[in-house]
Amino acid sequence: MSIDLSQFHAVFFEESFEGLELMEAALLDLDVDNPDSEQINAIFRAAHSIKGGSGTFGFVQVSEFTHILETLLDKVRDGGHAIDADGIELFLQSVDCLRGLLEALQAEQEPDLQRANQLTGVFQAVLDGATYADSSSQVNTNPPQDKGINEVLEPELPVIPEAENLGAVRQQIGFKIDFKPDTDMLKGGNDPVRMLRELATLGEIKTTLDASELPPLESLVADNCYVSWHIELMTSCKIDDVEEVFEWVEDECELSITPIMADAPNTSNSQSEDAQSNSNVQATDTKGERLVMPSGPLPSLDKLQLPSPAVPKSSEAVHPIESSVQEAIKTPVEAKPAKAKPVKVESSSIRVGIDKVDSLINLVGELVITQSMLGQMGSASDSINEENISHLREGLVQLEQNTRELQDSVMRIRMLPISFTFNRLPRMVRDISLQLGKQVQLELSGENTELDKTVMEKISDPMVHLIRNALDHGIEMPEVRKAAGKPELGTIALNAFHQGGSIVIEMRDDGGGIDTERLLAKARGNGLVGESELLTQDQKLELLFAPGLSTSEQVSDLSGRGVGMDVVRRNIQELNGSVEVSTEIGKGSKFRIRLPLTLAILDGQLVTVADQTYIFPLVSISESLQIDGARVNNLAGGSDVYSLREEYIPILRLDRLFGLRQGDAVLDGSLLVVIESEGQKIGVVVDELLAQQQVVIKSLEDNYIRVLGVSGATILGDGNVAMILDAVGLSSLAGKDIAAAKKLTDAAA
Amino acid sequence: MTKILAVDDSASMRQMVVFTLQSAGYEVVEAADGQQALDIAEGTTFDLVLSDVNMPVMDGIQLVKQLRQLEAYKYTPILMLTTETSGDKKMAGKGAGATGWVVKPFNPDKLLATIKKVIG
Amino acid sequence: MSTAEQQGAKNGLQQTLANGNQPSAQDFADQQQYLTFLMQDEEYGIDILNVQEIRGWGNVSPIPNAPNYVSGVINLRGAIVPVIDLRMLFHLSDSNYDENTVVIVLKVSTEKVNRIMGIVVDAVSDVFSLLPADKQPPPSVNRNFSHDFIEGLTEVKGKMVILLDSERLLHLENNL
Repeated sequence: MSIDLSQFHAVFFEESFEGLELMEAALLDLDVDNPDSEQINAIFRAAHSIKGGSGTFGFVQVSEFTHILETLLDKVRDGGHAIDADGIELFLQSVDCLRGLLEALQAEQEPDLQRANQLTGVFQAVLDGATYADSSSQVNTNPPQDKGINEVLEPELPVIPEAENLGAVRQQIGFKIDFKPDTDMLKGGNDPVRMLRELATLGEIKTTLDASELPPLESLVADNCYVSWHIELMTSCKIDDVEEVFEWVEDECELSITPIMADAPNTSNSQSEDAQSNSNVQATDTKGERLVMPSGPLPSLDKLQLPSPAVPKSSEAVHPIESSVQEAIKTPVEAKPAKAKPVKVESSSIRVGIDKVDSLINLVGELVITQSMLGQMGSASDSINEENISHLREGLVQLEQNTRELQDSVMRIRMLPISFTFNRLPRMVRDISLQLGKQVQLELSGENTELDKTVMEKISDPMVHLIRNALDHGIEMPEVRKAAGKPELGTIALNAFHQGGSIVIEMRDDGGGIDTERLLAKARGNGLVGESELLTQDQKLELLFAPGLSTSEQVSDLSGRGVGMDVVRRNIQELNGSVEVSTEIGKGSKFRIRLPLTLAILDGQLVTVADQTYIFPLVSISESLQIDGARVNNLAGGSDVYSLREEYIPILRLDRLFGLRQGDAVLDGSLLVVIESEGQKIGVVVDELLAQQQVVIKSLEDNYIRVLGVSGATILGDGNVAMILDAVGLSSLAGKDIAAAKKLTDAAA
Repeated sequence: MTKILAVDDSASMRQMVVFTLQSAGYEVVEAADGQQALDIAEGTTFDLVLSDVNMPVMDGIQLVKQLRQLEAYKYTPILMLTTETSGDKKMAGKGAGATGWVVKPFNPDKLLATIKKVIG
Repeated sequence: MSTAEQQGAKNGLQQTLANGNQPSAQDFADQQQYLTFLMQDEEYGIDILNVQEIRGWGNVSPIPNAPNYVSGVINLRGAIVPVIDLRMLFHLSDSNYDENTVVIVLKVSTEKVNRIMGIVVDAVSDVFSLLPADKQPPPSVNRNFSHDFIEGLTEVKGKMVILLDSERLLHLENNL
């Protein structure tokens, strides 16, 4: 039967990636001066598992690469080899390399073996005795003659010609086997009868039991084996097949296997041939170990069929390898972005704890009970009276509770702990801080805080960007910190926690803070801010999120070109979230990201405009007020602006904007909802403010198209559809009005 | 029905082994480490134990030693799943009392053939 | 088969006979069924395989800045479905929606997904079977409606029926 192994691939990849994360975390945590043996064991096991699995499932390149990794790790855990900082670096790079190989294989693409081959060469050199540092810079190219081969490669012994190949006319027709188990062979669970049975499948056997060593009954120990066998096996099988039968008990018995030859007609050389053929066969010692000794001279070393190692063979290859390996070791971070963006296999599956599933099953059960109770009431009440109605009401209250609990429970299924995203950060912080020559530690807390899987996937890049910024611009060089009386080791602290119906992610650094004056100068230089314009501290900080603003002297490769804080903020807002920043010069900065726990549900403010109900995401609303006609300015171009404290904000009339009605209503006394998007405040006129409630977000695009100003739709309690407004889109629609308002604000300042 | 206990810390290996053995008609119970396996083995008696060597909490060698202490498992065939190809590593299992070994990577048919030889 | 359908089938065959062709088993296999509806005294037909259901008119929420022929969206058992006013789309005179006004919910399945859309019509008529041979290509003379959505013309019970192409209707956004 042939089993399709590909059905297990997904699990293999998943556990291998987890194993790699484990390896990485342990390597980062390892104290080279006093390595924790349990950690080293864990690293070894992870590599070992990957090797075993990849071999089993046919991913040969992975298993070959992991093999040498495992070999070295084995030595380290045995105490036979030390590990130092360079070694850890090397292992970390192998983790990266493995990840790359596995990702390619998972995406069913050809993996790039160049890195793996380089690293294999380096590891080989280490195994041969070089230090980690040295071997990174020069690779030993000659296949080592000594223990290196024995350990890394399993050399097959030279192929010894069989008796028949020597041109002997005599045919092997069977074997004579003497099998004497040691007294305690049975204790290992091995049964001689099994072996005899197996031999019987190879040919015809004739067995003779030798019970001569059986002790008298009184001294007989039932578990012991006192008997032996003389077996004649008639077969054309090779001796290897016979040996295999006894493979497991080699060391626990006396075994001799002698081929039985057929009598040949002309035996002119029979004497010498006999001797020859006999010498070709096993000299066995009492331990049953076969020493195969060829009669001729040993084949010379270069004729040996050795499995070729993944080590560069020719000496001409030394220099290119050497330099490429050097490069490889010295610039690990570069290697990462250089490699093509890995095909991100967006997993369409999620692992759920059994407890969550059980809770769900219980809640559905309760729902069914409530439903049947209501059903009964519905059918039983022929008369609508006080009592029936109040029972019905109670039932409905129960139903509401059931549905709410069910909804919460279901949402939790999509939630995963934020550690999934946090986990890749320590490595990144280490690599980048090393590259920058800074000393930075990353403190994580609240890793168990859960959030929606999709939200987490989408917040990952913005978080990475913020951290890179902190490393690049926030934390100062050690000398600078020392001079300022700060510890040379900088700290970036990431914290996640739930607050209300949101998740809050805080990132604090103890760096130099954000220089708002420099921001202002840059903004003035870009023409974003007028020369004479005065800005409040908050407004200056807001400039951080303005597009095209980068205050580093050279746009460092790390923070990336083209991905600015403006993109970060937009990404967060698209998730119905928000980001705030606060800073103190010399002390550090703090970023606070707030995200909804789920993308499917929104906390919304219902409003009516022209008899239609619309919904504003609560998170986008800054305030609501009643318009004071005196503060309204009509501008020449037809825009209206409202004077709100120290700024002018554009007034948008949704009825006009959405083509609902003419929208000529007098503004004085009307309701204005002030929303904020990308640092921009906008006032939206509404007829009425209705309730605040949670709404389920439904897509408008499934059956229609994307509509500017609308992020989705929902179904209200009355069954009607209501549009969910999108602050960013609304400001696009009202671009002209916004520009006009801004002009006014600037003029008045 | 012949009962087999399969022990390996790798989920994909376990899945593969369980699937293979079940398709051949064996009843299989799985464990992710030596301690789990020991707990399970004490409750139910198995006809064969198949165990990986490198596992957290309790490794395969320890598991074999512990199993051999139990009356029910004195002579039960215990096979180690090992990638160790060097002689002394294989012997460690034997030294602990294992019956034999199956070398990883193995293909499912080879595994079944070996098991069949041992317990039929 | 209902009497209407039987009638339809017979008509299809009659058409075939009238055209001088012999009906065959293949004809039965090839026939398509069309749902016909009325708009401003004209009969239109649409492939019944694309008709998911028929609903009354009501509770349509307008979509901001949509073309005038997009009436809005309705809640179809939890799904948000746009409703197209065919009269507006075909530049017919304005309509009053009354008790007879009907929304035909169309569905088209592509490789990826199902798309659903409703079309507002005056009233639904009947179901007829047609053979490919019964269909004639649309006339080149441009009348008051949009050519893009017409699959062809046919004649049923002496009346001309304009056959609409559901796929093109459902991919309206290409025209938006």
